[in-house]
Amino acid sequence: MANEVVDHGRRRFLTAATSVVGGVGIVSAAVPFIKSWEPSARAKAAGAPVTQSLKKIESGQQLIVGWRSLPVFIVNRTPTQLAALPKQDPRLVDPKSDGSSAAQQPKYAQNETRSIKPEWLVMIGICTHLGCVPNYVGEMKPEPFDPNWQGGYYCPCHHSRYDMAGRVYQGVPAPKNMEIPPYHFIDDTTVQIGVGPKEAA
Amino acid sequence: MANVFASLGDWVNERAPGLAPVYRKHMTEYYAPKNFNLWYYFGSLALLVLVNQIVTGIFLTMNYNPSAAGAFDSVQYIMRDVEWGWLIRYMHSTGASLFFVVVFLHMFRGIMYGSYKKPRELVWLLGMLIFLVLMAEAFMGYVLPWGNMSFWGAKVIVSLFGTIPVIGSHLVEWIMGDFLPADATLNRFFALHVIALPIVLLLLVVLHLAALHEVGSNNPDGVDVKHGPKGNRWSPSAPTDGIPFHPYYTVKDLVGVGFFLIVAAFIIFFAPTFGGWFLEHDNSIMANNLVTPAEIKPVWYFTPFYAIVRMIPSFAGTAVWGVLAMFGAIAVLFLLPWFDRGQVKSIRYRGTGYKVALGLFVLAFFGLGAVGAGITAEVIPEWFGNVDLTTWENAFGRTMTLIYFGFFAFLWAYTHFGWEKTKPVPDRVTTHD
Repeated sequence: MANEVVDHGRRRFLTAATSVVGGVGIVSAAVPFIKSWEPSARAKAAGAPVTQSLKKIESGQQLIVGWRSLPVFIVNRTPTQLAALPKQDPRLVDPKSDGSSAAQQPKYAQNETRSIKPEWLVMIGICTHLGCVPNYVGEMKPEPFDPNWQGGYYCPCHHSRYDMAGRVYQGVPAPKNMEIPPYHFIDDTTVQIGVGPKEAA
Repeated sequence: MANVFASLGDWVNERAPGLAPVYRKHMTEYYAPKNFNLWYYFGSLALLVLVNQIVTGIFLTMNYNPSAAGAFDSVQYIMRDVEWGWLIRYMHSTGASLFFVVVFLHMFRGIMYGSYKKPRELVWLLGMLIFLVLMAEAFMGYVLPWGNMSFWGAKVIVSLFGTIPVIGSHLVEWIMGDFLPADATLNRFFALHVIALPIVLLLLVVLHLAALHEVGSNNPDGVDVKHGPKGNRWSPSAPTDGIPFHPYYTVKDLVGVGFFLIVAAFIIFFAPTFGGWFLEHDNSIMANNLVTPAEIKPVWYFTPFYAIVRMIPSFAGTAVWGVLAMFGAIAVLFLLPWFDRGQVKSIRYRGTGYKVALGLFVLAFFGLGAVGAGITAEVIPEWFGNVDLTTWENAFGRTMTLIYFGFFAFLWAYTHFGWEKTKPVPDRVTTHD
């Protein structure tokens, strides 16, 4: 069949249609490979609640427990540390945790101390900048990074600073207050991390 | 005997007549300017280190175990029990740092002599892509020993993507394959480090050289030898001021290789950790997801870029700005051929303003490196006593960041508005006879 006249329109259409179908095929074929990078079913399943006794945490001490492979800080705050919290407000990014940090804690911990009971701070110890674990610097004394230090957290990675309620100071790289996980008190000396008070009841 | 080789050569030539011309085009008939100086060693040295990384890397994989449970121990096994394993690993780890030494010097040479300018923009862009892939390769290799610095380095670098609004946190989980760096992360980094990125790197190196050989090499005078007089001892059509790459520059490069290997051997045998600069002390502790090392600092070659992240505060409820600035610091390098509108290539004939600006740029690069490596945090209290470290460090680091980016802004204005007073450029390279 000799066809002397080349139909360019038809040829263009066929080329474009073939390219589009081929492109769709390549994109579809890429999906399983891209999705294979998501956390696996096993990784997702490893997230059960953690129960911790508070009996041995003295006033002013911090205990770190693992929950979902995240470090959770449990601090028994001293009355002086608690008294210093309201005084920090002018130096903080979001002192009431209702602005940029509104989603950083459950409703029952959205208060000045960011906790259910004032003295007990339960917080995910991950800097909101790039995910390091900030150091607990609880003593109120002049520090190289802040001569007027009132106790809190200092991140070794990029020098972000937080107060004793995990609220971030102004002028540091971290944008938000540290996250408070869902938790509740099973009794006076036992806390369960991963489940909030209502869900537990 | 010679006859056997000659007939073997003929046999191949008959079946693949394209091979010999390719060899000639890139070796014996590639005419490079005859005035190359010390700065022109670093391209071939980068190639040497690349070969070293590939060979030692292949042998390391034979004993390395890419799993969160086994990686740390397998590295110790290589260091203690595998015969000569310590040497192979130290060659690989020292090679990584020296790779960046020669690449930084190679890039500085390109900036100084205007090798990125027309018609070599593509050579520069491909080179920058190599630099980018090299950084990814180095970062993933750094994670593989699964020490505590590996773990937290991975956490911090991957979290950079978490600052991107909306998709950030999901993207981080996608990259790590878990909620923290874990087995899945280590395995995919291993796959990328030993297979995917080296293939990309090799391809880019081939393209970098192909693009270079298409336009020809620049030289310390920034004069194009192709536009000069024609005819030399080897060919009447070749540039007079060019000499064949092989054997002239291959032999010259061998001298550089010898010197480089002496330095490398000294480091490998006497100072493989280089006082914590090449291999960090905290990485001798196994990865621990509950304890951040007291001081996290990246390996030296990342410190200038890391400092930029640290110096930019969060703004409008997001920390993305520091990350954007860091990637911006690399992006402006990509765009260097278009920031610089000047016609004169080499620093030898450029205006005083350019020389001062380039000096300040180098100073800013080292200054940022000092901030990122934690040197300023040590030195400021020592020199100035009990001052507010954060304020002082930020003031210094932010000034350096401004100078870094300022260099590119100045370069554009300086050349675009014709403020530069250049010296006359000679017609031929200055060392012709």
